[in-house]
Amino acid sequence: MATSVVSRARRQLPLSPWLFAAPGLLVTGAFILYPFVSTLVNAFTDRRTLVPGRFVRLANFREVLHDDTFWTGLRNSALYVVGVVPALVVLPLLLALLVQKNIPGIAFFRSAFYTPVVASIVVVGLIWVWVLDERGLVNSLLAAIGIGRVGFLGDQWLLLLSAMAVTVWKGLGYYMIIYLAALANVPRELHEAAAVDGAGPVRRFLTVTVPAVRSTMVLVAALSSVAAFKVFSEVYLMAGPAGGPAGEDTTLVMLVQRTGTGLTGRVGYASALSIVVFVVTVALMLLVLRVDRREDT
Amino acid sequence: MSVLEKVRPALPPAAAAREPRITDEHGRRVRGWELVLRYTLLIAVLALTVGPFVWQLSTSLKGPTEDIFGSPPRFLPAHPTLHNYARVADTIPVWDYALNSLKVAGANVVTNCVGSALAGYALARLRYRGRAAATLAFVLAMLVPVEGIIIAQFTTMRELGLNNTLIGVVLPGSIGAMNVLLLRNAFRSLPHEMEEAAFVDGANVWQRFLRIALPSVKGTLAVVAVFAFMGAWDDFLWPLIVLSDPSKFTLTIGLNYLHGTFANDERLVAAGTIIAVAPLIALFACLQRYFFRGVGEGAVKG
Repeated sequence: MATSVVSRARRQLPLSPWLFAAPGLLVTGAFILYPFVSTLVNAFTDRRTLVPGRFVRLANFREVLHDDTFWTGLRNSALYVVGVVPALVVLPLLLALLVQKNIPGIAFFRSAFYTPVVASIVVVGLIWVWVLDERGLVNSLLAAIGIGRVGFLGDQWLLLLSAMAVTVWKGLGYYMIIYLAALANVPRELHEAAAVDGAGPVRRFLTVTVPAVRSTMVLVAALSSVAAFKVFSEVYLMAGPAGGPAGEDTTLVMLVQRTGTGLTGRVGYASALSIVVFVVTVALMLLVLRVDRREDT
Repeated sequence: MSVLEKVRPALPPAAAAREPRITDEHGRRVRGWELVLRYTLLIAVLALTVGPFVWQLSTSLKGPTEDIFGSPPRFLPAHPTLHNYARVADTIPVWDYALNSLKVAGANVVTNCVGSALAGYALARLRYRGRAAATLAFVLAMLVPVEGIIIAQFTTMRELGLNNTLIGVVLPGSIGAMNVLLLRNAFRSLPHEMEEAAFVDGANVWQRFLRIALPSVKGTLAVVAVFAFMGAWDDFLWPLIVLSDPSKFTLTIGLNYLHGTFANDERLVAAGTIIAVAPLIALFACLQRYFFRGVGEGAVKG
């Protein structure tokens, strides 16, 4: 009896499952999968926003290789990964250790540390533009303790560094929560055994905590490196749409946005750039996972 | 922490009452110096994470005659005023932008909750040919980086004549693939028996979905709703690309415009950012646990 009910329950009206799935499939197909395919196709054409394209074979990719702005963008996006990912793997873990213990008021601190995650990147970017301004909070504090004012947002490298700091600042709380969940699963006995063996807090962190949350660190590295390579908003807001002094702070996604949008947008060329973004993103994921596997053996 | 504490004789109840002990989640005492160190660090990090928001709020409340550049900086406005907020409204139609953001975020919540629940239920519970292919479509869609297809999304919107509309802002993310998969997993983890019993009682698929399955995944649905609201309210790159008419701007795009045009008026920009961030901080304060739960679920799946 039971099995026949189950099998009857599972042999549904043939139409209803598709009605249920239809809205989701339609949106995903029309606005994710179709644009993905059309990016692949457009990259081989000279399509513009208002002009249908012709097939131009690899011309866009050849142009990419000789485009100085592309190399600037690639350099900045790659530097972003190098600068941001180690900080986002380590600092949130330390922060999670700090808020792990249930001491009075800790819930307030956890929430407060998460606030930057909730705020829009536009709000965060503009807050830091003002905080790091030549006459802003940080420089006022620096001046008050006798250090001269620093033009954080005027210099190409300081700007990029400041944007990285903002990305790290905004991401801390997010990855802290991920680490908190992982730390909850570290058996306490391991820590106690290490303590009995005379290991200090630093040794215990390196020999007990880090190995225990290693898979979470790999996850954080993967998530944050992909996000860092696709950086747009922080740099766009802090360096301006043109990408800082002489455009030297332009990132790859900023270049895609600048090239491909508006009424004169070069859709074909921007699609070729998008494919570079896509390929590097996938490569980063695979790289992180590979590093993970090698450490296993 | 150490083994010594385990053999420490328990305090008599009276002494324990006089000197309340601060213990960790395992009931072990936290040492005094460690507590001091922890709170010192916590307050330092607090200053670093919340300080910039407070500074922005303070700047927005300072009047035109008050010095905002002084060193050392003054955190409290001497004569707090809402003057700058009125000026924002005079400079850009900020309440219209807020309404646009609210419309976009509200629509994003409804479409994501309804669409993901329906599709998630279909993937989890209904047997039909092509289900594996449908699941694969959502998995692939989740893996595609949005930044890599944003130009094609823009041309797609133009082809549909929906560029420069709020509908165009909402559509691409209206039923997130990750949300569909989240709900699929939530539905799959429910026991089959209840729905089978309802089936025996003659409930059709729609009734089983609405009356039995849906109420059991309220928690996941709340996570989807919270993140859909936050994602739409905070989004920048896509609305920046798809909206060109200033009367259609959302708050984030309006703020970017305000900053681009009045960058030297720090009080004005500060008031604008506070208007944009206050509703979300209020939402976060009320619904914290869903924000935190969403991080865990999103990280595992995404």
